[in-house]
Amino acid sequence: MIGYIVRRFAQSVLVLLLVTLVMFLLFHLLPGNPARAELGVKAQPAAIRAFDKLQGLDKPIWYQYYLYLDHLVHGNLGFSYIQNASVALLFIQRFPKSVLLVSLATIVAVLIAIPLGVMQAVRRNKVEDYVFTGASFVLYSFPTFWLGIVLVEIFAIQFHVLPPFAPSGNSVTSILAHWRGLVLPVMTLALISIASYSRYMRSAMIDNLAQDYIRTARAKGVSRKAILLRHALRNSLIPMATLIGLSVPSVLSGAVITEQVFNYPGVGLLFLQSAQQDDFSVLLGLTLVAAVGVIAGNLLADILYGILDPRIRY
Amino acid sequence: MAGIGVSGIQPGFGEPGPGDGPGPGGAAERYEGGEARSSGSVLRLTLATFIENKLAVAGLAILVLLVLFCFVGPHIYVTDQKTLNPAFSNYGPSGKHLLGTDGEGFDVLGRLMVAGQSSIEIGMAAGVAAAVFGTLYGAVSAVAGGLVDAVLMRLVDALYSLPTLFLLILLSTIFSPNLPLMIAVLSFIAWLGPARLVRGEALTLRTREYVQAVKVAGGTQRRIVVRHIVPNAIGTIMVNTSFLIADAILILAALSYLGLGLPNTTPTWGGMLSNGVNVIFDGYWWQIYPAGIAIVLTVIAFNFIGDALRDSLDVRLQQR
Repeated sequence: MIGYIVRRFAQSVLVLLLVTLVMFLLFHLLPGNPARAELGVKAQPAAIRAFDKLQGLDKPIWYQYYLYLDHLVHGNLGFSYIQNASVALLFIQRFPKSVLLVSLATIVAVLIAIPLGVMQAVRRNKVEDYVFTGASFVLYSFPTFWLGIVLVEIFAIQFHVLPPFAPSGNSVTSILAHWRGLVLPVMTLALISIASYSRYMRSAMIDNLAQDYIRTARAKGVSRKAILLRHALRNSLIPMATLIGLSVPSVLSGAVITEQVFNYPGVGLLFLQSAQQDDFSVLLGLTLVAAVGVIAGNLLADILYGILDPRIRY
Repeated sequence: MAGIGVSGIQPGFGEPGPGDGPGPGGAAERYEGGEARSSGSVLRLTLATFIENKLAVAGLAILVLLVLFCFVGPHIYVTDQKTLNPAFSNYGPSGKHLLGTDGEGFDVLGRLMVAGQSSIEIGMAAGVAAAVFGTLYGAVSAVAGGLVDAVLMRLVDALYSLPTLFLLILLSTIFSPNLPLMIAVLSFIAWLGPARLVRGEALTLRTREYVQAVKVAGGTQRRIVVRHIVPNAIGTIMVNTSFLIADAILILAALSYLGLGLPNTTPTWGGMLSNGVNVIFDGYWWQIYPAGIAIVLTVIAFNFIGDALRDSLDVRLQQR
């Protein structure tokens, strides 16, 4: 197990290194040269030379890549000349707000999807099952942004029960103080996950309920409820844990869109604002951070799978 | 089998996608009594299973209706989608404009049809392009084997770790895409899925006797890829392509909504929603709902077709 974790970790580091290479190459794909992209089209030649020297752009390309890695290792994600702040600082200011949104949505999604999946597995091929299967199929085909818009249209504009915008406070506490504004963004993000989580939960439960040990348990007189909760449910939760780790990329993408729809001041909104301003250093830096999140999620999912399921031996 | 990472091929959990919709349970249940269909060619069997599947029929029906609506509709319901007409902006639905007009005075129903053409075309082009490139990449990787395979697949791993939307927004910002570039951007990440799937399939095919026989008979690697591996993996590829198209349509809509799509001269459903959301507080619902419903229907259709194709092509499921 330890050996497996070490190997898996080394593999992640390798992938991460390749990701930095891709990002570095993308940086060199920028139209014009990086100096003009960063400083603007009207930059003076002297300013460009100074920028090139500062960034090591007058050096050979392999050395530039080394410099880039060196900066990353020291937590330097780049500098935004447009916002006049380091990308790392901009990220850290927004990060807690995105974590709040994403974790609330994930908790809500799991709390709804697990009972839903269990219920569907138990009432398999009955009316309820078909209704929720249909619903999750439709929901799965919803563009995230449109789901957000529809929720705003219904709950904020037609019925006036919830505010259409997320709280714009600067700290997590001020956002929580205006929690009503969080309901729609969290719902948007959660609904998308519920659609896929509940499908997995349903399949996992159906698979487990067909296993021999369930029949054994039933034969020795274990109550229906105990079979469901203690045997089938516990085993079905293992793939769920992995699934949550693996759904980091889709949750991150969903968060970008949701933050835009509700004007929620998180990392996703920062990313989109930077895209509008052609602020490439922020875009590249944040994409790299997101990639780290995805790699960590995958790693965690694989390791958790081994820990939670004693049958898995590496 | 050098180079299969743990993060490599994990059927089911690798890509939480619409493909996993009905789940193993759903597909298996449907074919419990499937042994009766043993006669007839593989194609006929596949076709028969496909048509028997209600999902497939529903998906195909929706798709045919949508295509008729988008491509034949404009000839029946003639509207001017070229000239700006600010004098008639934001009219509600009426006998003259069945779904009202948008902020620039365009008829919404007419625009829905024209926008649908580009949305469906771009989505399909991107999905197919990704599938073709991914298939060749995966097959070549598997046949080459060894170090080449390891390097090619690590590259796939690395690209897989980039969150799609972040990367596509970044690419759209860099290139401000026109039509062909948009297709390239949309397929930039999408080809990774088929590449992994086909490589997995090819790795098992590579060791089969008939592929070995080709080698012994002096067949080239190209022949093995083109004549044996690709045709054998075609089922997997078709299923995957269907989902890729659905994804491409969704992502195109998202990019257009974010203002990073094609210029306004090429209307898309996402672009319509991007304009419509600006007037959401004025209660102009006809600029919010129709385009969204069109996207959802199209995506559902392609997801249904993909699921049905998988069920009908997967022989193992039928024998169970």
